[in-house]
Amino acid sequence: MLTHLRPAFVLLFLLTTLTGIAYPLAITGLAQIVLPHAANGSLIVVDGKVIGSELIGQNWTSDRYFHGRPSAAGNGYDAMPSSGSNLGPTSAKLMDRVKQDVDALRASGAATVPADAVTASGSGLDPDISPAFALLQVSRVAKARGADEATVRKLVTDATEDGAVGEPRVNVLLLNMGLDRLSSGGNG
Amino acid sequence: MTLVGWFQIILVLGVTTAAAWGLGVYLARLYSGERTFLTPVLAPVEGLLRRMSGHDGGEQDWRHYTLAMLAFNAVGFLLLYALMRLQGVLPVNPQGFGGVPADLSFNTAVSFVTNTNWQAYGGESTMSNFVQMAGLTVQNFLSAATGIALAVAFTRAFARSNARTLGNFWDDLVKTTLYVLLPGSILLALAFVALGIPQTLAGHVDATTLEGASQAIAIGPVASQEAIKQFGTNGGGFFNANAAHPFENPSQWSNMLSIFAMLLLSAALPFMFGRMVGDGRQGRALFIAMFVFLLAGVAVVYWAETAGNPLMTALGVDPAMGNMEGKEVRFGQALTALFVVVTTGLSCGAVNAMHASLTPLGGLVPLALIQLGEVAPGGVGSGLYGMLIMAVLTVFIAGLMVGRTPDYLGKKIEVREMKLVMLALLILPLVILGFSAVSAIMPMSLASLANAGPHGLSEILYAYSSGAGNNGSAFAGLNANTFWYNTTLGITMFLGRFAFIVPMMAVAGSIGAKLRIPASKGSFPTHGVLFVTLLVAVILIVTGLEYFPALALGPIVEQFLMLAGKTF
Repeated sequence: MLTHLRPAFVLLFLLTTLTGIAYPLAITGLAQIVLPHAANGSLIVVDGKVIGSELIGQNWTSDRYFHGRPSAAGNGYDAMPSSGSNLGPTSAKLMDRVKQDVDALRASGAATVPADAVTASGSGLDPDISPAFALLQVSRVAKARGADEATVRKLVTDATEDGAVGEPRVNVLLLNMGLDRLSSGGNG
Repeated sequence: MTLVGWFQIILVLGVTTAAAWGLGVYLARLYSGERTFLTPVLAPVEGLLRRMSGHDGGEQDWRHYTLAMLAFNAVGFLLLYALMRLQGVLPVNPQGFGGVPADLSFNTAVSFVTNTNWQAYGGESTMSNFVQMAGLTVQNFLSAATGIALAVAFTRAFARSNARTLGNFWDDLVKTTLYVLLPGSILLALAFVALGIPQTLAGHVDATTLEGASQAIAIGPVASQEAIKQFGTNGGGFFNANAAHPFENPSQWSNMLSIFAMLLLSAALPFMFGRMVGDGRQGRALFIAMFVFLLAGVAVVYWAETAGNPLMTALGVDPAMGNMEGKEVRFGQALTALFVVVTTGLSCGAVNAMHASLTPLGGLVPLALIQLGEVAPGGVGSGLYGMLIMAVLTVFIAGLMVGRTPDYLGKKIEVREMKLVMLALLILPLVILGFSAVSAIMPMSLASLANAGPHGLSEILYAYSSGAGNNGSAFAGLNANTFWYNTTLGITMFLGRFAFIVPMMAVAGSIGAKLRIPASKGSFPTHGVLFVTLLVAVILIVTGLEYFPALALGPIVEQFLMLAGKTF
């Protein structure tokens, strides 16, 4: 055993330097030079202010904006401790929460309720919603903004990503930025 | 289920299989001491490391190989434990975190040294960037290298005839790190950054949303950790939500690359085995047995999750998208199902959806895949030696049926080997079922449950299965950051790794010393359909006998209760 201790200590030290310090620092340096936007979190900066990351969902509450999915991260879209609800398929707590959200959507005139509209994502930070959930919110948003429903609906269709790879989805932050551009353009 | 979904699943598995075959050829050359395309660059580094560490690179018998491995893992454990305890006074701590408590540090150090990466903590709210890099990322490399080295030693036992030695642990460890894990991780990390995964030394970013609210976004050197986390089947996330977090897994492309990365090495090792024992068909047979479980598993999860939860449908939710609780929109059901199955068929444990929120049958599959003994296709290295132990058991049973002394690859399997094989196999159900039973009756451990009813039992069962199988995924409703769970799960992970390895290496020592006799007419061929079927059946029967009663009280009864409309 003792004869093995020297190589154990020395190799642990050398390999720690290599894999724990040199490797991540080299990748950091390279990434920061070649791909600074992605390496720093795909942040969206407007007028010098960070308004969020296009990858991280936000807690939208105003009727003037499209809302994301329910979130179990902190008090909703807390991006310091990401988390899902971890409630199981027969959890009464989960069913109560879903029922509340379904009833609210039904009350606002929804005919069908897409699953993503009433379920919490795994991370609690899902930046996307399904096109069906986005379309469900069009009339509310249009009314709150006094905008034309067809224009808002077209915004949703344009913002829908439906490539060969990946599920059909709408990034809520990018969609809401489009909304703001629409109103500022409309008001001159 | 859709055709497009199945096409995505087959595409990822197909590409991975092709790459794994090529990597298997490379690995066989590497561990046979032949030149590879990286030799001109890396041989000097290898020589330098050998001179500085003061070992002669000489061949070791199974005892010395195992002792060297244990010594290396022991000092690795101590260093990681110390780094976490002293976190508050160490550099690169932009978040200003203090030292990690003793029980959590013990649990986490065992977890990362054993390639489990069970995480009782939330990464972004507990560990400084320094500990994530110099502590956790390092063990992601070294625990993976340890597993592969052991699998290579076990392979040599079958490849050699009448040999007392199995190679040199230090050389195998360094070769694996330099020639396999580092180059692979560098490529993967850069690809991950290109796909949107951050890589910075900052701790968090403050944003002001369009509504005027403030959002603090945790960030850090994610891509470099993500690469080795997947490639080394470690699974420990930078963030609490692991690969469901958009910074760990921003798109379907990164999702597919993650599945590819975690599956690649474990799928390559049976091909390496085949080449090293001089009969490619033997490796192919093991590979097929592994993938039978994967394909069956993904079919069940994909079906169960797209079928959705009837309790939600009854509340008025449109079942078209399937069960979306705990899932991200961008991955879809098909590649979420594939991720669930691959991460548990492997002993990876990264998750891109919360396993606790899967439907009962969807959650049964990952639990059962872990309980198979992590052989479908298992962790890097551990999957191959686990499968070889099952293959030895299978030829033994086949030998009993026809009344001949069994042999595998020309090595006679006798009483000593079988005793050791049974010793290795029995340790897992003992710790899983033993600790689960105790935890299911003590008020202290029951207080940690997030779900009542059968799902609560599943949480406990999953935790100890995941620990013993060195998987690391969880039904994460369970609050495992308590003294009881930190301690007992730490012991479970330790026994699941080392109490399996020591008898396994003893088997290797005894098999290596045997003469390799050429196959005769009476030998049972171990490369055909019959053998693969028998191997799959033996694994299923052994596991079924051990765990079916417990599974019946957890996910199986929950499925019936869900269909009957019952909630807890």
